[in-house]
Amino acid sequence: MKHTLAVLVENKPGVLTHISGLISRRAFNIESIAAGYTEEDDMTRITIVVDADDQYELEQVVNQLSKLIDVIKIIDLTGQDRVHRELAMIKVVATPDIRADVINIVEIFRAHIVDVNKETMIIELTGEEMKIDAMCDLLKDYGIKEIVRTGRIAICRGPKSAKEVS
Amino acid sequence: MKMTGAQAIIECLKQENVEVIFGYPGGSVLTLYDALQTAKYPHVLPRHEQGAVHAADGYARSTGKVGVCIATSGPGATNLITGIATAYMDSIPLVAITGQVAVSLIGRDSFQEADIRGITTPVTKHNYLIKDVNDLPKAFKEAFYIARTGRPGPVLIDIAKDIFAAEIDFEYPEEVKMRGYKPVAAGDITAVEEVYQELTAAKKPLFFVGGGINLSDTSEFIREIVSYTGIPVVSSLMGLGCISEDDPRYFGMIGMHGTYGGNMATTETDLLIGLGVRFDDRVTGLLKEFAPKAKIVHFDIDPAEVNKNVRANIRVIGNLQWSLDSFKEKIMNRSSADWHEQVNPWYETILAWKKDKPLFYKRNSEKILPQAVLESISNITAGEAIIVTDVGQHQMWTAQFFNFKHPRSFLTSGGLGTMGYGVPAALGAQVGNPDKPVVCICGDGGFMMNCQELIAIADLNLPVKIIILNNQYMGMVAQWQRSFYKKNYAHSSLKTKADFVKISEAMGVPAFRIEKTEKMDEELERALKTEGPVLVEIRIPEDEDVLPMVPAGARLDQMIMGGSSE
Repeated sequence: MKHTLAVLVENKPGVLTHISGLISRRAFNIESIAAGYTEEDDMTRITIVVDADDQYELEQVVNQLSKLIDVIKIIDLTGQDRVHRELAMIKVVATPDIRADVINIVEIFRAHIVDVNKETMIIELTGEEMKIDAMCDLLKDYGIKEIVRTGRIAICRGPKSAKEVS
Repeated sequence: MKMTGAQAIIECLKQENVEVIFGYPGGSVLTLYDALQTAKYPHVLPRHEQGAVHAADGYARSTGKVGVCIATSGPGATNLITGIATAYMDSIPLVAITGQVAVSLIGRDSFQEADIRGITTPVTKHNYLIKDVNDLPKAFKEAFYIARTGRPGPVLIDIAKDIFAAEIDFEYPEEVKMRGYKPVAAGDITAVEEVYQELTAAKKPLFFVGGGINLSDTSEFIREIVSYTGIPVVSSLMGLGCISEDDPRYFGMIGMHGTYGGNMATTETDLLIGLGVRFDDRVTGLLKEFAPKAKIVHFDIDPAEVNKNVRANIRVIGNLQWSLDSFKEKIMNRSSADWHEQVNPWYETILAWKKDKPLFYKRNSEKILPQAVLESISNITAGEAIIVTDVGQHQMWTAQFFNFKHPRSFLTSGGLGTMGYGVPAALGAQVGNPDKPVVCICGDGGFMMNCQELIAIADLNLPVKIIILNNQYMGMVAQWQRSFYKKNYAHSSLKTKADFVKISEAMGVPAFRIEKTEKMDEELERALKTEGPVLVEIRIPEDEDVLPMVPAGARLDQMIMGGSSE
């Protein structure tokens, strides 16, 4: 089962290396990892999607990560009421003869076109992974040249921040 | 107060009450060494950086203090890695200080540059790269705190060369503030209550003690609990010495080369209480059949140890100082007689197993057998010596045949199984315990891996006694080849023209060979009672196996016993 973990860490050089090193050393299955600054200058938030066979494996991931000195807190967002999103940018073939069809798909998915030239265009899409997968699937017929995805980020609904969730 | 980075480091070491440093100078730490010399800071010079880190480890294990070692950048630092990994696997508190190339040269593949922070990340509890002199005091304060608290472990501080000369207005932080590191002291008392309830209902309870008892200095607690309740107890390799071998309720080490009584008790117990253990594969054998009839209780300071290998029914997370004390208090709620009455039939069962198949060897062999050597050393030192081993057959024979009486009296590389650990660790142990006898048991293979430290031992006139059990093979490798590879002794023979006695003498350590069985006790006694260092080489048969043995992937009760008891 997939779990989304919000990992709050010290904003210091080498922390991401520590985390990714630990994940590979302990042979955990990680689907995605996304890091970025937060509301606090000295804190980085890393969202990790882990595929754990059972609760024991998940517990190991959380406990081992917690042992890293620079990890401040880990919150399993899986059971929480949350919003999660991913951003994708897709470079797709869009020659004049098919451009209208591609634009049509972009509109249906409420995506944006952020660059266009004679041969291709870049589409920016935000949403849950399934939505991005679905769009990529449709665009495949026109010829996808490049896909870049951020990996999932997630946040809890309601007034509390992750720091405050116990 | 204004001073240089190097002087600041010395101040930090003083503040942390570091009595001695094990180190080897080099380009990037010259400024630091200059200051160490000026300050006349106590320093031991092993002849290899690996020797320095193992010596710091031996010092730490035997004294309970944080061991400190220094190496230069690049190769100096990378030579520490085996020793750091050894300490990490056995949770030994170390602070390793390495020099790094100057800040402006980092990342340019400069002379003697290695990314030691990156390299040591998986084998340290934490590590630092210092590129600003003002970060030094905080890093040292944290490093020592992290190394010694919680589950102990090695911490590395890599310091760029120019930092040693940079000026700092020194002030040592009074306390440590880390959002991400708060070692648990006291845990959940209801878990202790739960264990107590289970224990009152158990018919075949068994304590299983490990290195955590040694590290947390809680041997007295478990001794009291065992004596009060009469509950039988077994040990891991790292737990040896926690319980005196004289304790009738103690049934020795369990696992791959565990005792028959201990392994059968583990197989039959209905409540296994692990104390400061990590259920390593050398202990469990076939994991899913480990302690198959038991509820498992796991006392540990590290939450990540619970359910890592063996699934625990009850966990008690916290410092053993807290948990065993609380547990002891609970146990005293019932009378000692009640406890004994509850567990005596079970104790008798294990005792019968032990009597049926004790550890054995051919006692009247014409050749000198390693087990006899170890029993003899055990008798002579009477449990009062610090015993250091290398890794291999001799290590297992020591674990089996030595009568340990005190915690921290057996130093061995358990988790990593590092050949070459013995001699330098014995050096460090003797530096930390000048008044205690230190005996290093080696094989002929591991001895050669760090034998250069004989020079350091000789030059400091440290009275370490080194016993080489020479079977002219990598004994444990050969044993596996004998048992599982149709006696195809692929490159495990160490038959050589080299002469260990001469090697030792050439390095300044007097040495002799024991060749006759009938004179063995007398000559061992002579060696162990000599002032100053001595090396003794003893030739043992090539094909003596460590038994019992649980083959890899088998259950603990599927031991190969070999032979029959006399």
